[in-house]
Amino acid sequence: MYNQTEIIKDTSELGADGELVINMGPQHPATHGVLHLVVTLNGETIKKIEPHLGYIHRSIEKMCESLTYRQFIYVTSRMDYLSSHINNLGCALLVEKGMQIEVPDRAKYVRVILSELTRIASHELWLGAMAMDLGAFTPFFYAFREREMITDIMEDTCGARLTMNYIVPGGLMYDLHPDFQKKVKAFITQFKSKVTEYEDLVTNNVIFQSRTKGVGILSAEDAISYGCTGPVARASGVSCDIRKIYPYEVYDKVEFDEVLETAGDSFARYMVRVKEMNQSIRIIEQLIDNIPEGDFVGKTKNVLKLPKGEFYTRVETARGEFGVYVVSEGGTTPHRIKFRSPGFSNLSVLNHISVGSKIGDLMASMGTLDLVIPDIDR
Amino acid sequence: MFSLEGITTNVQDWLLMKFNPTMALAIECVIVILLSISLFAILGLVLVLMERKVAAHIQIRLGPNRVGPGGMFQTVADTLKLIMKEGLTPDKADKFLFNLAPFVVMMVGMLLLAPIAFAKNFQIWDINIGVLYISSVSSLSVIGILMAGWASNNKYSLLGAMRSGAQIVSYELSAGFAVLTIVVLTGSLQISEIVNAQQNGWWIFKGHIPAVIAFVLYIIAVTAETNRAPFDLAEAESELTAGFHTEYSGMRFALFFLAEYINIFIVCAIGATLFFGGWMPLHIGNWEAFNHIMDYIPSSVWFMGKTFFLIFLIMWFRWTFPRLRVDQLLNLEWKYLLPISLFNLLLVAVIAILGWHF
Amino acid sequence: MTNEEIKEYITTLAPAATFDETGEWLNILVTAEELKPLMLALRNGKMQMNYLFCLTCVDFKTHLTMVYHLSATTHRQSIVIKANLNREQPVVETICDIWRTAEFLEREVFEMFGVHFSNHPDLRKLILEDDFKGYPLRKDFEDPINMIKL
Repeated sequence: MYNQTEIIKDTSELGADGELVINMGPQHPATHGVLHLVVTLNGETIKKIEPHLGYIHRSIEKMCESLTYRQFIYVTSRMDYLSSHINNLGCALLVEKGMQIEVPDRAKYVRVILSELTRIASHELWLGAMAMDLGAFTPFFYAFREREMITDIMEDTCGARLTMNYIVPGGLMYDLHPDFQKKVKAFITQFKSKVTEYEDLVTNNVIFQSRTKGVGILSAEDAISYGCTGPVARASGVSCDIRKIYPYEVYDKVEFDEVLETAGDSFARYMVRVKEMNQSIRIIEQLIDNIPEGDFVGKTKNVLKLPKGEFYTRVETARGEFGVYVVSEGGTTPHRIKFRSPGFSNLSVLNHISVGSKIGDLMASMGTLDLVIPDIDR
Repeated sequence: MFSLEGITTNVQDWLLMKFNPTMALAIECVIVILLSISLFAILGLVLVLMERKVAAHIQIRLGPNRVGPGGMFQTVADTLKLIMKEGLTPDKADKFLFNLAPFVVMMVGMLLLAPIAFAKNFQIWDINIGVLYISSVSSLSVIGILMAGWASNNKYSLLGAMRSGAQIVSYELSAGFAVLTIVVLTGSLQISEIVNAQQNGWWIFKGHIPAVIAFVLYIIAVTAETNRAPFDLAEAESELTAGFHTEYSGMRFALFFLAEYINIFIVCAIGATLFFGGWMPLHIGNWEAFNHIMDYIPSSVWFMGKTFFLIFLIMWFRWTFPRLRVDQLLNLEWKYLLPISLFNLLLVAVIAILGWHF
Repeated sequence: MTNEEIKEYITTLAPAATFDETGEWLNILVTAEELKPLMLALRNGKMQMNYLFCLTCVDFKTHLTMVYHLSATTHRQSIVIKANLNREQPVVETICDIWRTAEFLEREVFEMFGVHFSNHPDLRKLILEDDFKGYPLRKDFEDPINMIKL
């Protein structure tokens, strides 16, 4: 561990030409979790940002090497806890792909509906937290009002509000709650009537626009080179929606648009997420009345064994492309597992987009990258 | 009719009867000091509760509702907690300045109370340069903030203090010019005369467009001067943790916190005095009956009502807008507000000379 | 491009490459020395592989294998490049000048597997503490306190 005096010596000295080094985090109101940024400043202007990770590192990849293919899915809920359902889905898809397990249609539909609900919940939380970073406290409560309905639906469905663990290889853990469709429809009505409040309070706010427009500009080439995915890349005009490019489950049967913006600044990233919530609503509307009857879980063996070889699946979480890479030796546990987490790549771009801007701009850039620290540290 | 004026006159007469004039003055001083300290305490409790209730209402939640009826004693409990807490002084801080800073900020608030007319003829010191006194004393609070930021030996505090210094010094100009518009219309710097000039209508109605512009400028500038959102860069929570008071805890933090609310009260009181007639009741032209009814409402109620309306306005800003960036903040002042203020002053001078106001 | 064409193309770039088509994507195994020139050619040549979506390392107990998943945003064809490394002294050329995302991913592999990336601009530990001993994701890593044997 660090020696305490070393930390003091390390950061309290001024740099060569009057540089000021401040430690932003691991306890800082804007880093949402335990991200630690060592920011080098010249006055208020940022010269360099260096992320120090690992405050919530649990070595999930190592842990998974000793867990069976049924068990390891639930550890991934603890990575990107805001899209835990989609993480679980990615892992379940890998096991199903490796063992050629047939998934009943009912399970596929429910998985997609819950994925989209998770995405909306995640974006809602992001919206509130980001507005709070920029100093507006009120949107947080408005966003949580709608998010609360989703977490209630989740709670009815699988007993948990955040780390859902609803998916098993081959289908779902339980059948749906009888009130599921009614509640989801109530949510859609509520969301559609309230989404204009965000526009009034945040999107059309002059101060908000001046804080985010032209801030943290990321070009399309850089977005690809840095491996950015999800809303961050789509705001730069890079088409990267896994749901469109490599459709999984029933995404090829529903109509929705991939939201693309071209500006690449913080405001574009904001707009992509807000529009994506509407697209998610559109997907749910198409599926909610057509959930087929039947089994909710397919037939699987009791002990799952992946054949020898390498497997890779990817899903679109709220933050971007989540990839699972498994090297199997043919046993009941993976030989090596690697999670390609979207947050990790999105974080690596932070230094690039914030150098030369003010500390206030860092909040806008960092907020719109939507970093979830357990996802980065794993 | 109930009036605070009667009480003060009675007290003074009684003191002069019992003691010699010097002694009476000294006793009056003690009374005034006690009164203003208790006013501070009460204002702190009321305004913090009001802020939390206003925020809760805007944010579709209930706010404090556990301690006492409707959460009325929540701030009392909070104050007790803050008094009990240990006031930590950082190891490498400049101890003397660190401990002095909260008192400087507090003292500025206390000094500003002197010329404010709380009710008809109820004023601590009706100094003939009242408005000038307010402008000059209120700019002293920046010294306390810079002192706190520098003495804490913390980089966040230092950044916050520097921001605050730049901000307060800049916005002082607009606030000053906005106040000057009213001085030009009235022709006097004395608070009592400014209030009396509004007997047949408040300046915001009488002063045509320049007075309205001046009022808008004044509200923006004082929001910035008191470090309130959307101009709360000095304590920008998400950027600088807590800005200049990062290292303060316990009662010393509470003093900063209290000083913020007292400052809001004072700037709103001045705003109410200048633009809304202070304790002057609402009078409309020749509506004798209406004016008569209005006169029955005590002058202190008028004053407090106007002040609290402006305080509500400032709280409303805070819970609606995101924060500005530091360069945008200074751009707003130097590129927009200051030229508008100068032009507005010119306009009001023309109006005053030609006598176009009512 | 079909797999055959890719194979042909890569054989011209790296003659010693061996191919494996059993998985989902074409796997290409090259030596550590051939890796950097091949990567440069894949990025800038006619394949235009501009998107490195996964970079990791696998410990096979006898050797370490670097695994690079490449794709392109234009034609969306994915290939996997692998390079076997000596377990005692794993050294490979960095590719973070080709894909910027590799900078952080290589730092992670460096601390977790002990692979040394030559010419990496800032090869320090990213997640673990600076004085952490051992390489946690290697199969022979032992931590009697924090690891639970199942």
